[in-house]
Amino acid sequence: MAEENRKPILEVQDLGIDFGGLTAVNNLNMKVYPEQIDGLIGPNGAGKTTVFNMLTKVYQPTRGKIFLEGKDLEKLNPVEASQAGIARTFQNIRLFYNMSVIDNVKTGMHNHFHYNNFDAIFRTGRFRREEKRADQDARELLEIFHLSEYADLTAGNLPYGQQRRLEIARAMATQPKLLLLDEPAAGMNPQETEELMAMIREVRDHFKIAILLIEHDMQLVMQICEHITVLNYGMLLAEGTPQEIQSNPDVIKAYIGD
Amino acid sequence: MQFLSYLISGLGLGSVYAIMALGYSMVYGIAKMLNFAHGDIIMVGAYVAFFAISGAGMPPAVAILLSVLVCTVLGVVIERLAYKPLREASSLAVLITAIGVSHFLENGALILWGADSKFFPSNIFPQGGPTIGSLTISWLTIITIAVCCVIMILLMLFVGRTNTGRAMRACSEDKGAATLMGINVNAIISLTFAIGSGLAAIAAVLLGSTYPSISPTLGAMPGIKAFTAAVLGGIGSIPGAFLGGLLLGVIENLSKAYISQQLSDAIVFGVLVVILLIKPAGLLGRKVSEKV
Repeated sequence: MAEENRKPILEVQDLGIDFGGLTAVNNLNMKVYPEQIDGLIGPNGAGKTTVFNMLTKVYQPTRGKIFLEGKDLEKLNPVEASQAGIARTFQNIRLFYNMSVIDNVKTGMHNHFHYNNFDAIFRTGRFRREEKRADQDARELLEIFHLSEYADLTAGNLPYGQQRRLEIARAMATQPKLLLLDEPAAGMNPQETEELMAMIREVRDHFKIAILLIEHDMQLVMQICEHITVLNYGMLLAEGTPQEIQSNPDVIKAYIGD
Repeated sequence: MQFLSYLISGLGLGSVYAIMALGYSMVYGIAKMLNFAHGDIIMVGAYVAFFAISGAGMPPAVAILLSVLVCTVLGVVIERLAYKPLREASSLAVLITAIGVSHFLENGALILWGADSKFFPSNIFPQGGPTIGSLTISWLTIITIAVCCVIMILLMLFVGRTNTGRAMRACSEDKGAATLMGINVNAIISLTFAIGSGLAAIAAVLLGSTYPSISPTLGAMPGIKAFTAAVLGGIGSIPGAFLGGLLLGVIENLSKAYISQQLSDAIVFGVLVVILLIKPAGLLGRKVSEKV
């Protein structure tokens, strides 16, 4: 792929964040290209989730810039970052457990409803049309994620693997341009992981979005990522294709030790 | 027949508690705080309606609307000024602040309107009521119960089936995740305070019409009763507040009639203690399991 000729969807320049006196991430540069599955790996405590929190603007970076489709995210708060097109899932699943599966997805569509509270109170035609459209859209999403049969179940009652899928479905409901997955395979057995990989590829192909994922399962990372960024002690250690990363002596040293 | 009469007037009283409890419960559900100033917002609502009708001679419907408007704005302003700066503070700090706001409103009313009680206008609702056999039910009781049921149904529909309602439920479960869905949590909290305070004004008019003597401390006892009702039903739950309110009103009225006028409050709170011993999360509350 001639990456140089394409515009990155996400560009991070000299990104850094300090917590008190501690520098958690420093001088991070990375680019994610459209329709690419990117991996963000590194030993525990390398600052991977911190990077996600900066990209979603939950943390305000101390230094550096984040651009989404060339647009500077500096002044945005997390709500605006979501509206700009960044969605994420969490390392430990964070669904709305007491809500139904389909309502979880509809919550993700929050900003795509075009009626106000007045319409809702008086149940105007617009309210009913919009709710109907949202219901159809939500069901289509559930279909893609093989969750149709669970639509009306309470999310907390879903088995673990389905909860992970629902979390991705909910993130996709925000119609993101960039999807961040934080350890999507955590706690999954090999078969579930296999299904998950197929799912991630399907999401990319179907929605034509870029995906950046944090993962400790190296087999998964090497199989589905087209590009990998390696962090160590909050700094960029290496980046490249899976083949390049696998044979990079610095990476091997960071993972196995001296 | 006597019993039925006490029961129905108990339901009427309980409906007022239920409307107040909805305010407590919704705010707790979303903002995770006990707004102890809620009772005093009711007091303000009662005074606004009183001055609008007895002072300015407004028609009752306009006065009620004005009272709802004033309370809604008051609730949102209190949240902005007193509670929002404490969003990240410990819940104890927020609780103390709420008690502070409660005293502020009470004493503010004392300065503005004096300590002597005023007589709430009696022309808002029709007098008397239909008679069935030897049983007479006042229109006020009937209207109160009906208003409570309508509010409860509308709220359930709003929270259960609309985009904003879903956002409210999402905020009540996980504000961080809700934010990342593009939900403006602060706006949802403001809206919750607006709804709760608007309901407080309606409760104020109903309460004032039932017990027509109004004073700056009028909100204190009903406020505590409504809070008890919310806890009894399961705080954070809309049907819980409804059920808790009705139950509380009935128990209070029946114990006043059959046991003791003086002990009725003690009995009400005794019932709360017993129910919390058996069901710590309240009648319809969700069991909260501690994360380990």
